[in-house]
Amino acid sequence: MDPAGFCSQTRVLIVAGKGGVGKTTVSAALARMAALAGLTTLIVEIEGKSGLAGAFGRRQPLTYEEVTLAPGGGRSGAADVRARTLTPDDALLEYLREHGLRRVSRRLLNSGAVDVVATAVPGIKDILVLGKVKQLERDSAADLIVLDAPAAGHAVTFLMSASGLLDAVRVGPIRTQAQEVMGLLTDPTRCQVLLVTLPEETPVNEVVETAFKLEDRVGVSLAPVVVNGIYPPMTGLDVDPVAAAEANGAHLRDGEAAALRSAAEFRRHRQELQAEQIARLTDALPLPQLRLPFVFTTELGPSGIDTLAAALGDAVRALPEPHPASR
Amino acid sequence: MRITDLPDQGVVVCCGSGGVGKTTAAAALALEGARRGRRACVVTIDPAKRLADALGLAELTNTPGRIDGDWPGELWALMLDTKTTFDNLVVRYAGGPDQARRILENGLYRNISGALSGTQEYMAMEKLYELHEEAQFDLVVVDTPPSRNALDFLDAPRRLTRLLDNRIFRLLIMPTRAYLKAVSAATQAFLRTVSKVVGSEVVGDAVAFFQAFEGMEQGFRDRAQKVSELLADPATAFVLVASPRADTVDEAIYFADKLQEAGIGVDALIVNRLHPRFGDVGSGGTDRERADTLAGTDLGVLYANLADFREVSEREESHFAELATKVAPAPVARVPFLAGDVHDLDGLATIGSHLFEGVA
Repeated sequence: MDPAGFCSQTRVLIVAGKGGVGKTTVSAALARMAALAGLTTLIVEIEGKSGLAGAFGRRQPLTYEEVTLAPGGGRSGAADVRARTLTPDDALLEYLREHGLRRVSRRLLNSGAVDVVATAVPGIKDILVLGKVKQLERDSAADLIVLDAPAAGHAVTFLMSASGLLDAVRVGPIRTQAQEVMGLLTDPTRCQVLLVTLPEETPVNEVVETAFKLEDRVGVSLAPVVVNGIYPPMTGLDVDPVAAAEANGAHLRDGEAAALRSAAEFRRHRQELQAEQIARLTDALPLPQLRLPFVFTTELGPSGIDTLAAALGDAVRALPEPHPASR
Repeated sequence: MRITDLPDQGVVVCCGSGGVGKTTAAAALALEGARRGRRACVVTIDPAKRLADALGLAELTNTPGRIDGDWPGELWALMLDTKTTFDNLVVRYAGGPDQARRILENGLYRNISGALSGTQEYMAMEKLYELHEEAQFDLVVVDTPPSRNALDFLDAPRRLTRLLDNRIFRLLIMPTRAYLKAVSAATQAFLRTVSKVVGSEVVGDAVAFFQAFEGMEQGFRDRAQKVSELLADPATAFVLVASPRADTVDEAIYFADKLQEAGIGVDALIVNRLHPRFGDVGSGGTDRERADTLAGTDLGVLYANLADFREVSEREESHFAELATKVAPAPVARVPFLAGDVHDLDGLATIGSHLFEGVA
């Protein structure tokens, strides 16, 4: 499947995963891949703090105002990657302004009254954020919107806010909002969740659990799961360095044979562990996988993101074309 | 302080961003305490399942369970049950069973105790205080929840008292006539909107909650104050846990800044998951050159692999150095990338050997 087709299957991709699995990196690589395929992309960051701006080499943190993180154009024909934050407080202020409370909204927020309401109705802040995402989607703010979701446990709560509110609130604008958000979440042509994990035991357990919860409780469709940080395959690691040096007529310095041997052993061992965990994931979760390499050579930054975007593009190309009838 | 002094403290708080190994570090510290003959208890928030099983934590518990083992001291563990901890606190400060029941059954209270962001953090600190006060343990190690905001656990007690002190809702529980005079037009407009948007039962629940809570605020406020004092006490050690990747190091630096701003400071730094260094001849760069020269041969593959790890390690070392400088003079400990996930006491002991015996 080509990356442009992959990124056009849905308009909002929610990227979710446990802390430390590289969720933000994957969001960045995904956005860049879409942009390189010619789709304008907007990354929405909802926790008000992440390494997203830094990954694109931007020093200042993101703001509520959109900024361009990676300009497109040039010979590549790439589109722009833009980004903005959308914190619950921002979404609430905007909601109050749009509902005729412009004058008092700031004061209400400062007085703590809003805290009381947000406490009394759990999920109200989440629904406002998702409501705003739905609005961005409806307004076609970009060809693809990438939502960098809260860390895994929170992601389920976050996405369940709509169904939870439908149970709790019987009438009024919040109910309408929740219904519209449910409409977005349950329509795979508008929204899908892309889960990220590592080829390690705990992250694999966790992603399987999250995947089933999201499908069963939220009813959202899942995009392929991204397995991040896989050591690129390397063969010939079982060769003895001393013998290999003799075969080449090369000279090894003191201690070098031991370093070469233990590094090779370490990688072989890690590769085996990773392969076991990937196999376990394949058994437990019937979703296609997009496998991303561990990047040894560069720091996370614009060039690292481009490397990962290219790797993600390769992984997407290796996916089978979706069967027309199943769409 | 040295890293080896940590298990001799009274209270240790492990903080850091998600996925860096806070829970295992906390458990390893408590285990070391027990091995030194102390009565140690670890309070965990959300341990991975197999580690939880190894610690005898099949389910949420509100009282510590003892783990038997071959050590002179005692090792206890607890997986925080936020709601029960909060319920107990209400019962403790209520004027009587009636008041407690009215609060526990209130819709707003159920949301506060179950869903309010910050409640888990608050209750983790509350449990820490409770265990410390009961003096059943010499050492209490607490893991902090993976918060949206780095230092929610410091701020959480204040957040709740702020909610209880809320002026608008204090006005709501006044007798009707005084209420009408005192409530401003803006507040009335707001309350009308709230009722319209989420339904009047929400407002009703809130009013009932604040009425039921009448008379208990002071107790809660004093308690929150004592929790804050315990956290600020010099005998409480804060351990920053991090991994050596660029993004988590940025978060750790942010954390260290915030702790300093709060007047607490980092007492020790633990960096987990460092790749091994593999020898000290040359560098990643020279290995890479040799790999390129030898490309296509068996030896070239071995050099390419060595170069991969040397380059990763050099980057990690520079991040590590940056963090260590940031928290100086706090001591730093390094734990290498282990062969597998830590899910039993042997794994915790391995981490302990890296932390306390300087096993390279």
